[in-house]
Amino acid sequence: MTFSEKLKNSVVVFDGAMGTRLQSAGLPIGVPPEEWNLTRPEAVRAVHKSYLDAGADVILTNTFGANPFRFGDRTGEIVRSAVSVARQAVYGRTDKFIALDIGPTGKLLKPLGGLDFEQAVESYKQVVRAARGVDLVFIETMNDVYEAKAAVIAVKECCDLPIFVSCVFGEDGKTMTGATPETAVALFEGLGVAAVGVNCSLAPRQMRWVVERFLKCSSVPVTVKPNSGLPEISDGKTVYGLSSKDFCDDLLHLVKLGVRCVGGCCGTTPEHIARLASGARRIVPLPVTDKKLTVVSSYTHPVYFGGQPVLIGERINPTGRKRLKQAIAEGDKGYILNEAVTQAERGVHALDVNVGMPGVDESQVLPNTVCEIQAVTDLPLQIDTSDFTAMERAMRVYNGKPLVNSVNGKKESMRAVFPLVKKYGGAVIALTLDEDGIPADADGRIKIAKRIIETAKEYGLGKKDIIFDTLAMSVSADGNAANAALKSLEYIKKVLGANTSLGVSNISFGLPQRDFINSAFFAMALQAGLSAAIMNPLSAEMIKTYKSYMALCGADENCLAYIDYVSDVQADGAAAATKQTAETDGDLKYCIVKGLKSEAAEKAKKLLEVLEPLEVIDGYIIPALDETGEDFENKKAYLPQLLMSAEAASAAFEEVKRSLKGEANPKKLKIVLATVKGDVHDIGKNIVKTLLENYGFKVNDLGRDVPPESIVEAVKADSAQLCGLSALMTTTVPNMQSAIDLLRSDCPDCKIIVGGAVLTREYAEQMGADAYGRDAMATVRFAEYLERKL
Amino acid sequence: MIKIITGKGRVDRRETMRYLGCYGVKCEDGLDAVLDECEKLILPALRPAACYALFDVKRTGDALDLGFAKTRSKALSKNLEGCGKIALFAATVGAETDRLIIKYEKLSPARALVLQALGAAAAECWCDDVNAQITAEHGETKPRFSCGYGDLPLELQREIFAALNVSKNLGVTLSENFFMTPTKSVTAIVGIK
Repeated sequence: MTFSEKLKNSVVVFDGAMGTRLQSAGLPIGVPPEEWNLTRPEAVRAVHKSYLDAGADVILTNTFGANPFRFGDRTGEIVRSAVSVARQAVYGRTDKFIALDIGPTGKLLKPLGGLDFEQAVESYKQVVRAARGVDLVFIETMNDVYEAKAAVIAVKECCDLPIFVSCVFGEDGKTMTGATPETAVALFEGLGVAAVGVNCSLAPRQMRWVVERFLKCSSVPVTVKPNSGLPEISDGKTVYGLSSKDFCDDLLHLVKLGVRCVGGCCGTTPEHIARLASGARRIVPLPVTDKKLTVVSSYTHPVYFGGQPVLIGERINPTGRKRLKQAIAEGDKGYILNEAVTQAERGVHALDVNVGMPGVDESQVLPNTVCEIQAVTDLPLQIDTSDFTAMERAMRVYNGKPLVNSVNGKKESMRAVFPLVKKYGGAVIALTLDEDGIPADADGRIKIAKRIIETAKEYGLGKKDIIFDTLAMSVSADGNAANAALKSLEYIKKVLGANTSLGVSNISFGLPQRDFINSAFFAMALQAGLSAAIMNPLSAEMIKTYKSYMALCGADENCLAYIDYVSDVQADGAAAATKQTAETDGDLKYCIVKGLKSEAAEKAKKLLEVLEPLEVIDGYIIPALDETGEDFENKKAYLPQLLMSAEAASAAFEEVKRSLKGEANPKKLKIVLATVKGDVHDIGKNIVKTLLENYGFKVNDLGRDVPPESIVEAVKADSAQLCGLSALMTTTVPNMQSAIDLLRSDCPDCKIIVGGAVLTREYAEQMGADAYGRDAMATVRFAEYLERKL
Repeated sequence: MIKIITGKGRVDRRETMRYLGCYGVKCEDGLDAVLDECEKLILPALRPAACYALFDVKRTGDALDLGFAKTRSKALSKNLEGCGKIALFAATVGAETDRLIIKYEKLSPARALVLQALGAAAAECWCDDVNAQITAEHGETKPRFSCGYGDLPLELQREIFAALNVSKNLGVTLSENFFMTPTKSVTAIVGIK
């Protein structure tokens, strides 16, 4: 019997804890259990055998912590010996299986930690490649679904073995990085794993509601491996460890609810597993059913299609948007991220991300933009590109199960996109067009939809993985455009039973007051069965239509959401009126000094009607910044106020930028900033950057944990005249010294200013820096001094 | 035996002001409003968790046998005067606080700064709660002591992480330079009188 057959037909019993068993056999605390694969293999083998004797169907190799970050070059050797010990233990027994055990790397991935996604993938590959002769791979105790995704991709790129993914959930039903069970199911089922579930952290009874949530949405078997219930105190109540009987009773209850794979985590023993195995054998396994869910997810939550209509914000798309084009071209992330956050605040459920425009290398820019946006919003993203390399890279680094826009009926498109959806998981928007273009009528579009479903099947994708876009074309060019789109949409939804979407705004192209047409068309499409709308959430007309539709179609109980919305609109109106009166007091300078961001932008806009951009900068913005800067230096204002002013000034600058129309940067000094290698605390450096930019300096921010070589490289590339280095802790000051030394030898003309909590003026001089940045303003003053000398 | 506990997140406004360098200053010019706004953001993101265990301690001058590791520290040795036992704990307010800070670093430097301070204050509050729990169970304690205080080497973090299995129990990771991520995390030694 293969493992897959076993999994299909019965409840599978896994083994119990390894580490705690080895400790009771004499492994000293602090020594990694994996060391014993080499030094005490007989002890490891004895634990394996004890679990097999107890009735476990599968044993996990003693490789939980075996990764290059802990064992370096010895990783392969450790893994090979672990597999060999496990094989010796199962030798001569039938229907027993070996799982390669994979745990977390012990590092957090970016943006939370410093580990790069591809570095994580590569480290897991080293483990998987060394494991010959196992039947499955068990990725467990994952606190971060993103890291688990890296592990799954690593396994998929090395072998075809069944993959289990098991995460740690707290009593609040979330992983440490905030994922719900539904998120884990969406993400890992999308990646094609054999089973998904939960282990460690909780005792079986505490896990029950988490497990029930898994069972409700998972179309693959659910695996559960609880702790034996270590004594713990939760909110002041002490809960003691479980007897093996209680542990098994609670866990077998979960099997009766539908769990298909069980075993034990920390603290469990062969006694637990013996009871579990004999109990599990008496339970007829519940079948695992396809839940037929069309779902995408972020790293925290899923979004389902087919129920409440899904709103997808369309604004991160340079087509017809001058300011966004400029932001993409200049790598101005701030503008793009604000677009993301603003749309999220308007209540959309997902965001479209498209950076395609001439002169932009989408294969680089799209994945980077996706990561940046995921750092500021937890909404699922729609990866929107016709560049297949960009699509693959973005799907790969995306933290969650992405929505992909798009595939179409062309053979070439399906051949490129479907394998990506199969590999990385995702739901894909399918446009009903093909080599012959867009059919004018509904019938032609339906035919293409059917063909797309057939072809997807060949790639192992189902109808639930596809969302059909029947193409809203300009009604001003073709009076039948709306009818064709809506008729085919209704058929696909109601007869073919697949989900649908539309880029709603296209319908009004070429017409005045586009919102009027868009919102009416939106209502018609919702009525026809629209599952998702790609739309502008900043359009009040569109949101009005959506809220009203929800109330009218019975999806808004007692119209509560509608009433809430209306009262918000009224409150906003009142607030705007009050702001009008407040605006009459004080000028732009006052608004900046007081840190009033939106007011400062308004004032700047008004001033720019009568003044030249540079007059606004020199007459208002810079004097205001100087005033707060001096107040700060004289201890009359504090850092938060200084930064609030800086933000207000940035908002005013944003307005100035619009009217500057590409005029040259008046400042000549070029600056590189970095937090030195090993240091991840960069708030001080970020503050300095904000202030420098406020004063019009061009800053290249290299981020944190930057090696000396990269700093020198950037200073050379930019021909920078000033380099600012920061370090927060004593342990990283030597790295600052090496950066200074390297700069001195390779870039002797570049001035160096250093700052950070552990530094003093004397220390800075000792290290050979040109200046010491005592506080946030000091670097600005030094930069101004250098600028004057240029 | 390692105990794992969870609790409710809270922040101390005075402590936050101290971290912001505004201690004893009258709040004005919108500072209060930003603090209120950021407090609303951070409270739901706090997910305090901690683990701790007791060890016997032996002092011979500056040489310390802490039960889970041997080290040298004049300052800690003085702190542990008269203590036969220590509680070793690791505490964190979780990853969502970091996520919030990272978000606002990209959007609003002022809010990022305030959230940093609130997060640090929340971690301190949580340490106070963990310490109170230890006191309730094991009696009066000395002021808590962390790696990097006085002459207690940062390198001891490695042994602390192994002794409490911090990465597995709390999901907190330790870098080669002894930085903890999630960043609003603390490890400490508490002498039991």
